[in-house]
Amino acid sequence: MPDEEQPRDNKAGAATKTKPRPEPETDRPSSGPASWLPSIKVTVASIVLALLVGAVLILVSDRQVIESFRYFFSYPWDAFRNSGQAIGESYSSLVSGSVGSWSAISATLERAAPLICAGLAVTLAFRAGLFNIGAQGQLIVGAVCAGYVGFHYDLPPVVHVLTALLAGLAGGAVWGGVIGVLKARTGAHEVITTIMLNYVAAALLTYLLTKESFQQPGSNNPRSEKVDATATFPSIFGVHSGIVLALLAAVGVWWLLERSTVGFELRAVGANADAGRTAGMSVAKVYTTAMIVAGLLAGLAGTQQVLGHQDSLTASFGGSIGFDAITVALLGRATPLGTVLAGLLFGALSTGGLAMQAGAASTPLALTQVLQALIVLFVAAPALVKAVFRFRESDNGGAVMAKGWNS
Amino acid sequence: MKKTAQVLALTGVLALTLAACGDRPAENAGGGGGSTTPTEATQSSEDPGPTESNPDFKACMVSDSGGFDDKSFNQTSHDGLVNAVKNLGLKTGEVESQSDSEYADNIAALLREDCNAIVTVGFLLGEATEAAAKKSSDVDFAIVDFGYAKPPKNLRGLSFNTAEPSFLAGYLAAGMTKSGVVGTFGGAKIPTVTIFMDGFWEGVQYWNEQKDDEVQVVGWDEKAQSGSFTDDFEDKIAGQDTADNLMSQGADIIFPVAGPAGLGALEAAQATNGEVNAIWVDTDGCVSAAEYCDTLISSVMKGMDVAVEQAITDSVNDEFTNEPYVGTLDNGGVQLAPYHEFDGEVPQELKDEIESIKQDLVDGKIKITSPSAPQ
Repeated sequence: MPDEEQPRDNKAGAATKTKPRPEPETDRPSSGPASWLPSIKVTVASIVLALLVGAVLILVSDRQVIESFRYFFSYPWDAFRNSGQAIGESYSSLVSGSVGSWSAISATLERAAPLICAGLAVTLAFRAGLFNIGAQGQLIVGAVCAGYVGFHYDLPPVVHVLTALLAGLAGGAVWGGVIGVLKARTGAHEVITTIMLNYVAAALLTYLLTKESFQQPGSNNPRSEKVDATATFPSIFGVHSGIVLALLAAVGVWWLLERSTVGFELRAVGANADAGRTAGMSVAKVYTTAMIVAGLLAGLAGTQQVLGHQDSLTASFGGSIGFDAITVALLGRATPLGTVLAGLLFGALSTGGLAMQAGAASTPLALTQVLQALIVLFVAAPALVKAVFRFRESDNGGAVMAKGWNS
Repeated sequence: MKKTAQVLALTGVLALTLAACGDRPAENAGGGGGSTTPTEATQSSEDPGPTESNPDFKACMVSDSGGFDDKSFNQTSHDGLVNAVKNLGLKTGEVESQSDSEYADNIAALLREDCNAIVTVGFLLGEATEAAAKKSSDVDFAIVDFGYAKPPKNLRGLSFNTAEPSFLAGYLAAGMTKSGVVGTFGGAKIPTVTIFMDGFWEGVQYWNEQKDDEVQVVGWDEKAQSGSFTDDFEDKIAGQDTADNLMSQGADIIFPVAGPAGLGALEAAQATNGEVNAIWVDTDGCVSAAEYCDTLISSVMKGMDVAVEQAITDSVNDEFTNEPYVGTLDNGGVQLAPYHEFDGEVPQELKDEIESIKQDLVDGKIKITSPSAPQ
């Protein structure tokens, strides 16, 4: 009998609180620590909306569809069939290319790993009220250090990879720490210093690649030697273990932010630096710590780029990971779990986009980039998405981020 | 009112869905005479009439991080694929790379799509291409701007001795300069760029030797391997600044080796109203950048499209070998373009000398000393 009564009680309670359906949504945030849950609906809706807009773009960029629309009125079914085919082919290769097979999943994980790490670097700084645009620079310096240890020194197997990893972490931490110290001591705005240090890191890499000690013997191409096999991350089921490190890093960041004293100070200063100072916290110490740890995380992303697959350093080995990381962090609403999920989504979009290009649909690369941009755009404009899908409840979608960076 | 609109819309959608379902078997059901016409139309539009047809052959290409629209070597190589498709009637697959760490992935993705031949563009893909070629021995690989000492059987390096036509360009520039100073600059200090500058420099030195003259080269020194670079292949403003800098040192002929950034140099030259002229690279500038043709004495042409098309054609015809292709003046893989608007201004004597130097280069009587030249 008491068993029967309890659910009834619950129902009644829920019904009085909120009339419409969303019981699970309203229940979860109160129990879980993650603050991104209330907005998960908006995020999913944003993705759906972006895919819809993307579908239109696929149609517009498909020659056959356009041609069949030319005789739309004399024979409209052709237009519909071709449209359906174009969208179907594109999106089915997006899905099969990103999660359709184990090799696709492993590629997705490998692309997600550095995005997650660099995204965490941005997330952590965000929570301390700092806008870290310098993940790219920290990543490059980390990778240079890790790579140099990786190909230049001959060390025994396990020691080698650990040394290279530590060198990478240290390199990133130093590059990030400089920004923290500058902010703490002189008040130099981190947005400016991080952007500038990005340039410095990129130029440093280009310069080093013209030096003989960084080039392959017998070649003067700007490309370093491959990292030794002993310095490569071991792979588990065909995926290099960088993804494990990335997940550990996410757990670490979560613990740091939510469970440690340092993290409490960090969040307090991030929420209101003046209040933090009044409460006796050292704002300078918080800024420096935050940037050192952020640099360390970005450095970890860099090591994955070179140590993951026995790669060599080249001028653009990092692509735009450091900048995509900002998007990943924003999409993840500056929480560790959110960042992991956003990183996985971006990894999937990246490998799926590759399959879209290579596959029958041969969708241009630019389109997947537009898809990513659209998702972020819609996530950043929750009011728009809510209006489109007519969500009633007024949970504060993305307002968290708005005050993030100019405190 | 609203209700009727909804009902109407619903029936409309329903009708559409039903009709869409019924479309395929329409031919059997005899749904209408119209259904056969479009299928025929799509069939005929699928092969717009190439000279040959190999619908089972799939030729694929991976760009480097510059992308196929870089107006430089990715694009020229891609033209080779387009031409091959036009002439041979092939299926294609293309992947643009976003970063240097993706190359292995991107090649693997094309292999999954059952490509028969894969062309990769740029030295950065050297290792990834070799690894893939070793793994998939039934697919033919070719790589632009890279050579291997010991390539596997199914991998051909396509390299270009652009120092040879650049040598001619240097000699031409030295013969045409009025100020006695000629200039060059590069997009980045990488061998595929500096080889042009080396050749240019050597051509000028050869002129000085032959004519007992003292024409100077600014912007590059082969012996020191140092000179001016924009460090960017896209930034036209940087190209313009660098050209202005060379002009202020007295150069009246500029040889920009910087892809689209070099267009800035042509702009700077055009602004002088004929005082300063230029020599273009990679393609015939009077064709690819026709608006600057009045400032272009000639161009150094690098036939990447021809080499790519040849590699694909060989693969289609089962004649593919791993013998490295080196574009030279001899096989026409590289050449000096026509003089176009300067045809009347280049003295006949100079033209003849250039022809004979070309022959000497082909015969090996003149040796290129550039350290970047393919062996």
